[in-house]
Amino acid sequence: MFDVFSNFSSGIIPMEAYLLLSLVMFFAGIYGFISRKSLLMILISIELILNAADINFVVFNRYLYAGHMEGFFFALFTIAVSACETAVAIAIVINIYRNLHNVNVDSLHELHEPESEQ
Amino acid sequence: MAQQIIFYILAIVISVFSIMAVSSKRLIRSATYLLFVLLATAGLYILLGYYYLFAVQTAVYAGGIMILFIFAILLTQKPGDKIAPEPMRQRLLAIALSVIGLAFTAHIIMHNINRVYTLMDTQITTKHIGMTLMGTEKFQYLLPFELISVLLLACIVGGIMIARRR
Repeated sequence: MFDVFSNFSSGIIPMEAYLLLSLVMFFAGIYGFISRKSLLMILISIELILNAADINFVVFNRYLYAGHMEGFFFALFTIAVSACETAVAIAIVINIYRNLHNVNVDSLHELHEPESEQ
Repeated sequence: MAQQIIFYILAIVISVFSIMAVSSKRLIRSATYLLFVLLATAGLYILLGYYYLFAVQTAVYAGGIMILFIFAILLTQKPGDKIAPEPMRQRLLAIALSVIGLAFTAHIIMHNINRVYTLMDTQITTKHIGMTLMGTEKFQYLLPFELISVLLLACIVGGIMIARRR
């Protein structure tokens, strides 16, 4: 189990080291996603999670299939998709701020149409 | 040996700043910590030998997305505003969930990788990346590339539609 640390001194960085690093980043994102109330903090957590997934794709590609490029291109396309997702999400956040004057998740139920108008 | 030292530095930066980014009280500070995490990730890509991905990560994430975040934060928050602290129960629940998940997944990783994979020496040139991205044969990626361009267009239209004033 502690091969990771003994291999470290022998000249190569083991694959587990990268995986554990992206794991820490992923669960930091999970913590922020569950515990924070601000929409922008939730977006920042989502970015952390996506970034951890990207690292995993690249590391698996580099260590296990070094001649192929599938993981590389998946990471490339994931970066583009996350840019799209952030742009749309921030447009939504700004629209919510314009209507409610805060961006807390708790106050989002006010976005419903009032029942009496129907 | 230099690689190990660089990896250690990047690992410490990523772990510390990603935890600080999700637990900071001020939004603009967590955005800055997120920027550090993204740049350190770009450093990891260099360490793995993917220089093109380093450039993309720096330009798109650390450049574009961070600018979007900072704009959104400055538009929705007064400078120096602190976020009201979340209830302790919710935070403890989140900490417990993440720590349990972290321990579980780390256990799985450590027990299932029982070979030492060494880094094969391959060079991915930018020419090769370009040919692979633009080809239509097997293991080439013209179709996803076109799909991404349509997605970007849809995202531009959607962003304008959502954020404009009615």
